[in-house]
Formats: sequence, C-alpha cells, structure tokens
Amino acid sequence: MSGPLLDVRNLSRRFDVSKPWLNRKIEGLERLYVKAVDDVSFTVNRGETFALVGESGSGKSTIARLIVGLLKPTAGEIFFDGQSLAKGLNGAEARRLRRRFQMIFQDPLASLNPRWRVTDIIAEPLRVFEGGMADRERRLRVGELLTLVGLSPEDGVKFPHQFSGGQRQRIAIARALAARPEFIVCDEPTSALDVSVQAQILNLMKDLQREFGLTYVFISHNLQVVRHMSDQIGVLYLGRLAEVNSAAGLFAAPRHPYTRMLLDAVPDIEMTGRGRRKVEGEIPSPLSPPPGCTFHPRCPLANDRCRREVPHLRAGVACHAVEEGRVPA
Amino acid sequence: MSSQDMTPAPAPGTPAPVAPPRPTGRLRRMLDSDIFYSWKRSPVTVIATFTALFLILMALMAPLIAPHDPFNPASLNLMDGFTPPASASAFSDNWFLMGADNQGRDVLSTIMYGSRVSLFVGFMATLFAVVMGMGLGLAAGYNGGMIDAVIMRVADIQLSFPAILIALLIFGVARGVIPANQQESMAIWVLILAIGLSNWAQFARTVRGATMVEREKDYVAAARIMGVHPVLILLRHILPNVLGPVLVIGTIGLALAIIEEATLSFLGVGVPPTQPSLGTLIRIGQQYLFSGEWWILFFPAMTLILLALSVNLLGDWLRDALNPKLR
Repeated sequence: MSGPLLDVRNLSRRFDVSKPWLNRKIEGLERLYVKAVDDVSFTVNRGETFALVGESGSGKSTIARLIVGLLKPTAGEIFFDGQSLAKGLNGAEARRLRRRFQMIFQDPLASLNPRWRVTDIIAEPLRVFEGGMADRERRLRVGELLTLVGLSPEDGVKFPHQFSGGQRQRIAIARALAARPEFIVCDEPTSALDVSVQAQILNLMKDLQREFGLTYVFISHNLQVVRHMSDQIGVLYLGRLAEVNSAAGLFAAPRHPYTRMLLDAVPDIEMTGRGRRKVEGEIPSPLSPPPGCTFHPRCPLANDRCRREVPHLRAGVACHAVEEGRVPA
Repeated sequence: MSSQDMTPAPAPGTPAPVAPPRPTGRLRRMLDSDIFYSWKRSPVTVIATFTALFLILMALMAPLIAPHDPFNPASLNLMDGFTPPASASAFSDNWFLMGADNQGRDVLSTIMYGSRVSLFVGFMATLFAVVMGMGLGLAAGYNGGMIDAVIMRVADIQLSFPAILIALLIFGVARGVIPANQQESMAIWVLILAIGLSNWAQFARTVRGATMVEREKDYVAAARIMGVHPVLILLRHILPNVLGPVLVIGTIGLALAIIEEATLSFLGVGVPPTQPSLGTLIRIGQQYLFSGEWWILFFPAMTLILLALSVNLLGDWLRDALNPKLR
C-alpha cells in the first residue's frame, strides 16, 4: 500500500483580473493575470499527510480547490491513483473517483448549509454515492458517524447554528467521512477555531487517519499545527514551492532562506531564550511579482542571479543560494 | 435564529451541558419564536393581520355569507337601483347595508365577490412573478457570465418602464392574439400573465443577488465536490437560503399586484364585466360620484385600500422581522 496516491505535476493556475473590455480598449490596457499557483509539483503517499504552508496569498487554498476540481488548472496535471483529474470530472468514472476524495473547509459555519438539519448534512454524500441505501440504514450510519467524531446521535435533529465552532467542524468531518473516502483535502481546518479546540480537532483527525488509513493534504499557515500533523511539508511562496521536505527534516534543518525566516519567527513555548527574529517585509503583490526569484526582495542572501533567474525545485529546495552553497549552516 | 442556545464545546467524553428546556409541539414552539414575539409587539401588524384575514375569509366564503347573489339576474331588481346604504328599497323588501348600485345589485355582495376576483388575480400573478423571477434569478446568479448579462439586462430594461405600461402592452398583444370568442373566458388568465410578467424583474434581481452570495459559500463547494448536479444544488441548497427576501418582497408584491389589477380594471382593460373585481366596481362607482350616489364608489374603494394597506404593512413588518440587523 505505498506509492503516491496523489501526484501533482507542474500545476499552474492564473486568474484573469483584467478590467472590463470597454475600459481596456479606451485606456489601452493589456489583459491582466494573477499567477496564483505557478509550476507546483509534489506527490502525496498513501496514508500520509502532506502539509502546504505559506503566508496568505501564497496560493494554498487555490491548490486545494484545484485538487478537488472546484477550479480547473491553467496548466499541469493532477493524478489521483494514476488517473488524471485535470481532464475534467465527468461521467460514471468520475463518480467513482469523486467518492474517494473529500474536503474539509476553513469556516465550518459556511461549509454547512444553515437550513439543513445535521442529519441531512452528513447524509448528503450517502445520498449522492449510495442512492440505494435504505432510509433507516442511512440514519443509523449518520448516528455512527456522529458518535465517531465525538458528538451524540441525538444531535442530528439540530441545525448547524446550534453548535459551537469546534462541534461544527466535527460535523464537517463526519460529512467528509460519510462515503468512506481515502483522501481528504483539509483547507485550514482549525484556523477559525479557538486554540483550546484546535488541538481536539487535530487529534480527532489524526485518530481518524490511523483508523481508516486516510491520506491528507493539510493546508495551514500555522507551523506548529503542521509539525504536529504532517509527514511531508511543502513551503509555498507566492504560488511557487520554495522547499519540500519531511516534517522532521524541515524543522531540524530548514534550507530555504524563507523557511528559515518562518521558523525563526515561531514563538516557542519553553522560551529557551533563543533570539526570535520577526519576519521581515511582506509578501509582494502577485499582480507584479519581482523578477527572478520572487523571494529576493526579502532575502538576505540575494545576489544578481537571484534577481534575474527563477530558481527551480532541485532536491527539495528552490534557491540559488542553496545550490551555490552560499547559505551559512 | 437564537444565538443564546449555542453551547460551548464540551470536552470529549463529558456530557454536553443541558440546554434550558424548549417548549415542545409545533404550535407552542411557534408561539415561543422570535417572529411571533415581534408580531405580538407591533399593534399595527396585529391589526393589519386581522384585517387582511377578515377580508380574505370574507372573499373566500362569499357564496355562503353574501346577503344577495349579485350575478344572478333573476334575483336582481332594477327598481332597487341607487338604494342608499342601511336602508330598504322603496320598491321591494330588500334591505341594503351598503346600498345598491345602478343595476340594483347589493354593494356589499359585489364587494365580497369582487374581492375574490381581486385576490385570485393578485395571488396568481404574484405566484407567477415569483416563480419566473426566482427561476431566472437563480439561473443568472449561479451561472454568471452571458446568461446573467442577458437576463439582467432584460430585467433592467423592463424596470425602467412603469409596471402598468408593461401590463397594458402585454394585455394589448394578448387581445390581438386570442380569438374573439375566447376572450371573455381567457381574460382573467391574460390579466394574471400581464401582471405577473410586469413584476418578475424585481424578484429576479433580489434572488440573483442572494444567489451570488450563497454560491460562493463552502457548503455549495462541498456539494460540487461530491458532484451534485447544478440543478439540485440550486433547488436543495441555494433556494432555501434565498427564500427569506423573496417572502418579503412577495408580500409587498401581492399588494402591488392587487392595486395593478384594480388599475387595469378601472381603465376597463381588466376582468370582463360579468366578473367584476374591486377595480371594476370602482370604475362603475366613479360615474355616479358627482350625482350623489357616493356609496357605489366609496365602499369598494375603502375595501381596496384596506386590503392593499394591510398586506403592505404585513410585508413591511416581515421585512423588519426577518432582518437580523434590525432585531
């Protein structure tokens, strides 16, 4: 049961943010695109968690939406268990594929239909994928799922607004699990929750992963959460992968200057007295990204080559300084 | 609805804190709701509700409770014509609470039967406008792009004309299309179509706006990931969430449709004379206003005003009651 379940190859997505046609003609403007995701490749192994981290605007959520088919890629391909997803999800084949993946969203209140009872929300995947299921059987399954995520089967008659944030996310998890998927894309599943509840939800997700052998793509901006959850980590910067490494490797020996900057900024609970450096500068506008390596305006090691040439991911890191051995240990 | 019954997340394993007991039973729960409370607190709304209910019931039960049958020529006596209110006819033993009109028909009874026609046309036309506006609004809001542009430009153009003008136009076209021998029987349906078509645009606009908000929400994304058909997403997910504003403008739209019908009938292009609506009665009455027979105009006009006003006030209240920002 090893080998990649998800294989993302040279994935790109740009968004058209041009002004309307008439304005363009009169003001003599060109069409304008934002490169939200640019040439991103990674693989996710079965039963593992691949985390994508990055600042806001780095393209994390766009990648999530591309994987589950909510957006179509501009270029590149996504293979799920050897089958291409980018070709469009249609027909009976797609039905079988769709059943195997699910998504958990950031804001559990928005991801649950406010007019539906919890039972109906959780039963929706069952209605879609197991139309032949008897009503009674379906209700039993919903009860099971509610118990599984730490709620009570009686909660099924309530509406989402009658729950707390953490409980709502449990409901969203129950819905995601209903049709027994193998793969779940989690788009910042805990960032809308209180810190005290975050740990509960994360532990629940880990338990479920162990129990059902789930594969996660886990998106977060919180490095501590990512360290706790993931096997592999990809660091995104302005739509490009800066560094990909195992969780242990990345935290022990970050190589890309951006990763180092992020890790240096993480407060640590023991307060070892380590000098914490704050993250310098801001992520540039994706509308007019800097030429060459997009990180060069903030990079302490940038030289002329960095300002001209886009670095490509080699051996898990996309940085000229690392290639040339200019990075101090 | 109520944010008070949100309980904090219990630690796994511990029983959830017990919520305060909520009344059980459908009626009890309804009487306990925020909506009912806001209704109770507004005397104007309470009066408007009872007025509207009274008028609607009166119209529905007209054949049972009307003192006379104004459409049965056998029971009419032309000599009763112009009998003043609350008096007996000088020629027969008929007594008229609201007087009799030029043909000796009891004004109260014609009002009862007339409200039936007015309400029927109003309801059906509003229903037609809601269904059409909602369908087009959902399609425009969910798909966006070309479909949205076409539907909304048509709506914009239509909204730039007064509704009554549109209705007159549609009515005129229908007159030309329908053969003469069917015009009488088709008149009411043509009227419903004309009023409905002249009012769909505001429903389409409202629904489109609400749909555009809802379609970006993650619960729609979740359904799309599962591969739920767009039509099912629209009907089962989005529609229930855009119904609130539709209910509000639908109520106000009902009052407008009733007035529009009365206007058309007043102008003489509405319902056939054999089925007079409130508007027709007002048209007949205004011919005798200056000769002193004021009751033929006054009572139907008051009924129309009461009906439109009470429905309108109900709509106003509903808009405020369903608006979380005004609570």
